[in-house]
Amino acid sequence: MSEVQLELEILRYDPEKDQEPHFKTYQVACREEWMILDAVNHVKDEVDTTLSYRWSCHMAVCGSCGMMIDGQPKLACKAAVKDYADKKVRIEPLANFPIERDLVVVQDDFMEKLKRVKPYIIRKEEKPIEEGEYKQSPADLKRFKQFTLCINCLCCYAACPEYALTPEFVGPAALALAHRYNADSRDQGLAERHKEISKPEGVWDCSFTDTCSIACPKHVDPASALQQLKITTTVQWYKELIGMGDK
Amino acid sequence: MAYVRPVSKTCWYLKDRNYTIHMLNELTSVFVGLYALLLLWGIGAVASGPEAYQYFLKCLASPGMLVLLWVTTIVIFYHAIAWFKVTPKAMPIQKGEEFVPGGVIAGAHYVVWILFSLVVLFLAGVF
Amino acid sequence: MAKVNKALFWSLFAAGGTLTAFVFPVLALITLFAAHGNTPEIMGFEQMQGLLANWFGKLAAFGTVSLALWHAAHRLRTALYGLGLRADGIVSVVGYGIALVGTILSAYYLVQI
Repeated sequence: MSEVQLELEILRYDPEKDQEPHFKTYQVACREEWMILDAVNHVKDEVDTTLSYRWSCHMAVCGSCGMMIDGQPKLACKAAVKDYADKKVRIEPLANFPIERDLVVVQDDFMEKLKRVKPYIIRKEEKPIEEGEYKQSPADLKRFKQFTLCINCLCCYAACPEYALTPEFVGPAALALAHRYNADSRDQGLAERHKEISKPEGVWDCSFTDTCSIACPKHVDPASALQQLKITTTVQWYKELIGMGDK
Repeated sequence: MAYVRPVSKTCWYLKDRNYTIHMLNELTSVFVGLYALLLLWGIGAVASGPEAYQYFLKCLASPGMLVLLWVTTIVIFYHAIAWFKVTPKAMPIQKGEEFVPGGVIAGAHYVVWILFSLVVLFLAGVF
Repeated sequence: MAKVNKALFWSLFAAGGTLTAFVFPVLALITLFAAHGNTPEIMGFEQMQGLLANWFGKLAAFGTVSLALWHAAHRLRTALYGLGLRADGIVSVVGYGIALVGTILSAYYLVQI
């Protein structure tokens, strides 16, 4: 059985003891089919039980194990140890978020922003159940399908330099979801979301570095959503200017 | 207390290759702006008459200006290539159910751009 | 002002970016030819005057110059902020100010031709 030797440098931080985080090195003999998450699990199970991090599904669905691996935001369960063979690998908590403990970050900022963009279908008037469902063609569905695949792993926020510089920025995942509902043929909430999105800290802090899309493990392409959202927001702004905006 | 890691406000774009490329893209605006000012100068010279225009042409041929023009031209070509490359992200096209591949949209832009440029060069009397 | 009308400035930036991507490379090439002494026909004074005398020429020149200036001002503002210059108010006023003056000047020159 072949092995991959990894030297993991894990950023450790204990809020009760430490003034600031520090790296601790662990030698891990990994099986070659392991993911980085397995290596981190190995450290927790066999070497140092005090190590804190989030994980759940080990199949890139739950979005819990996002962390900086060698400086790039990645799901630890999707990063193969083979790609880091016989190297020092730095494991840090997701960039741009406060560190709660070790590899666990504080997500409150994102949760609050997610709420603000109203990521759900808004109808001006709900139709009675007897009238049946809101129908949608396959083409209508395809229009936004890709943006529904977000698992809120926050890798895009860790990859976004604008979020790092301007923490008020609503940011990629939340705005991509706003676009997902704006682009949904059943939705009528564009004008309501526009109030939030057209603010300076709404979509406008995005400078289109495309790094969110490069980082996204689910190929959601938030950068594309945000550029489309800028166009929608601009059109709505001009329409409102002449009193013809969507209500 | 949660720990907030410091962020460099002046050097962040050196940390990652993609950030650096992005900063270079943003800085193409310096040369786009300079060239726009040069066009403005040229238009002003045409408005002022033949002498002013001849002086404008003479200034273009000065060694310093030549260097600047070469750099500007190269940067402007880079700007065009980089701009069209990301156009499909901002303006995806859905035909029926499927999306037109991004490469096709960008490619169409490149083709139109090149044809347009050739027509302009021809009309301008370059060949 | 610069804060409220981000949609306005962004739309000028985007329009200017697209327009300059299409037309600036070939214009720069022609300028370069002229600078090297192989002045293309179009760069002669009479031809240039003729080109800018009709309304289509005026409109094209005005649109190109002004949108390019607004594009550059907006993008440079973002770049300077990114480089760490946090005087965004002054940068906006100076940058957009130059774009505005350039827009007015180009219109002023063009109606004279």
